[in-house]
Amino acid sequence: MAKITYKHPNGTVTIVDVQAPNTVMRGAKLNNVDGIEAQCGGSAQCGTCHVYVDEANTLPLPEMDSVEDDVLYGTACERTEFSRLSCQLPVGDEIDGLLVHLPEAQS
Amino acid sequence: MAAHAVVVVGAGQAGFETACALRSRGFRGRITLIGDEPPGPSYRPPLSKGYLAGTVAAEEIALRPPSFYTEQDIELLPGDRVASLDRERRTVLLESGLRLPYDNLVLATGSRPRSLPVPGASLTGVLSLRGLADAEDLRLRLSGPPRRLVVVGAGFIGLEVAATARGLGHDVTVVEAQPRALARALTPTTSDRIVAEHRERGVRVLLGREVTALFGDAEGRVQVMELDGGERIAADLVVVGVGVLPNIELALAADLLVGDGVVVDAQLRTSDPDIFALGDCARFPSPRAGRHVRVESVQNASDQAKCVAAAVCGEPYAYTAVPWFWSEQYALRLQIAGLTAPHDETVTVGDLADGKFSVFCFRGGRLTGVESVNRPADHGIARRLLTAGTDLSPGTVREPGFDLKRLPRTPTTPTTPTASPSRTTIQERLSVHA
Ligand SMILES: Cc1cc2nc3c(=O)[nH]c(=O)nc-3n(C[C@H](O)[C@H](O)[C@H](O)COP(=O)(O)OP(=O)(O)OC[C@H]3O[C@@H](n4cnc5c(N)ncnc54)[C@H](O)[C@@H]3O)c2cc1C
Ligand code: FES
Repeated sequence: MAKITYKHPNGTVTIVDVQAPNTVMRGAKLNNVDGIEAQCGGSAQCGTCHVYVDEANTLPLPEMDSVEDDVLYGTACERTEFSRLSCQLPVGDEIDGLLVHLPEAQS
Repeated sequence: MAAHAVVVVGAGQAGFETACALRSRGFRGRITLIGDEPPGPSYRPPLSKGYLAGTVAAEEIALRPPSFYTEQDIELLPGDRVASLDRERRTVLLESGLRLPYDNLVLATGSRPRSLPVPGASLTGVLSLRGLADAEDLRLRLSGPPRRLVVVGAGFIGLEVAATARGLGHDVTVVEAQPRALARALTPTTSDRIVAEHRERGVRVLLGREVTALFGDAEGRVQVMELDGGERIAADLVVVGVGVLPNIELALAADLLVGDGVVVDAQLRTSDPDIFALGDCARFPSPRAGRHVRVESVQNASDQAKCVAAAVCGEPYAYTAVPWFWSEQYALRLQIAGLTAPHDETVTVGDLADGKFSVFCFRGGRLTGVESVNRPADHGIARRLLTAGTDLSPGTVREPGFDLKRLPRTPTTPTTPTASPSRTTIQERLSVHA
């Protein structure tokens, strides 16, 4: 189980506990956190689950594969070096305390 | 707006998203979501893909956990049906006998599979796929030893079912009346490549052939399919995927304007300004197509929901979102951005044999849409270009070494004004979901 913090563009934060084998995207859906659309349901197609991992993050996130990298070219908000698809971030103990920032828009 | 009541007919993707979009916009009135498909709003795309293959569990299909509806104060009435509308008195009558008043009514009734107009179409073992119950039934039938499955219709659902069933080791035949697969949706380049993939994987694909009859055994179970010309093929199971019909009956009975779908204006209002329609059941004016269209996709349902919610909240805008769609068959990830048809010129980039390519479609020298197979960056960038209205000429795409990824990123303004979440406090919740 991991505590995940979603920070909205207006500054409010939502902190939820998410269990494996969910993803950061599904953690948001299961806990009614707004701001992640996930139109393709987590199949790395749509780019509407885009998040920015906090700059100060030191938690071990999985390497980005080429599909995720490609999908991130299409996000509605600017891609940065902190951009990830939240549907490609599996939740486990090792990412307990992860902070992600939500973009202004997903589509 | 405190006393405002919105009744949403149909708790599918479009109805569900409308309720969500209203709350994210800060709408405080009453929201009632009525759906005849228990257990509640669920996500259809996996039903022909991962759910059918057994890799996606039933819990993952629900659009939200039950707590969502209480928390968001959305009154969900699953397992009930709206029987009629009374526009004069602004009420709906449910099959349970309940009568509900509305200020705004939202028709999100979706569509249903067309049936096969041939003798024998109602035999046991002849199925169509729309809801969770259909998918459960089909999944069960495909979970045993290899069977002879015949899929009628080489559209997205038919081909996805064929790919999934083939992956599970079944003997699969696809019969399509048109001379090519996905004829309405895709360019010949892409549809031919997809058919080639199916054939390579051992699926028999019969194009330009019509089913004339189905015959069953003594117990009424389908056994044989007859095609035009008299050819007969053995079948233990038949899946019919020959398109859908919009659910327009309620609108029709209430004297709303209907065509192939409930006809709406740019803001998705029906001929009664208090009533909206969206998703699979709605026929709307598309500035991109230059005519009224009906679109069957998650993107369409979800983006139209934001448009309806904005209008209900008194901030209407015209629906202009770039349509997009995806399909998954074997290892092919197909994505379509924009409306590719009609077009008068196409340019293909990438490697067809390798199954990594994009077909850029142009009309009068302007980009109308892009079909991508295993080129997700092309798809995403094309969606951004189409949203921003950025020009891309066929000549540019034809240049050697052309790569969308190297184009400077165009600033895009979101197609739909998004409301920022109305939370003001830190919320901490414990998730009980495994
Ligand atoms: C197997 C399958 C796979 C798909 N795959 C993809 C995909 O990969 N990508 C994609 O973009 N799209 C896909 N789609 C299409 C997508 O799911 C639909 O476009 C989308 O669900 C449309 O949403 P909707 O709300 O308009 O209709 P629906 O989701 O069908 O919802 C309408 C609901 O209203 C109910 N209803 C109708 N009349 C009444 C009434 N009188 N009272 C109460 N309830 C009523 C219906 O029973 C239904 O539950 C797929 C569809 C299917 C069936
Ligand atoms: S949910 Fe579509 S890319 Fe993550």
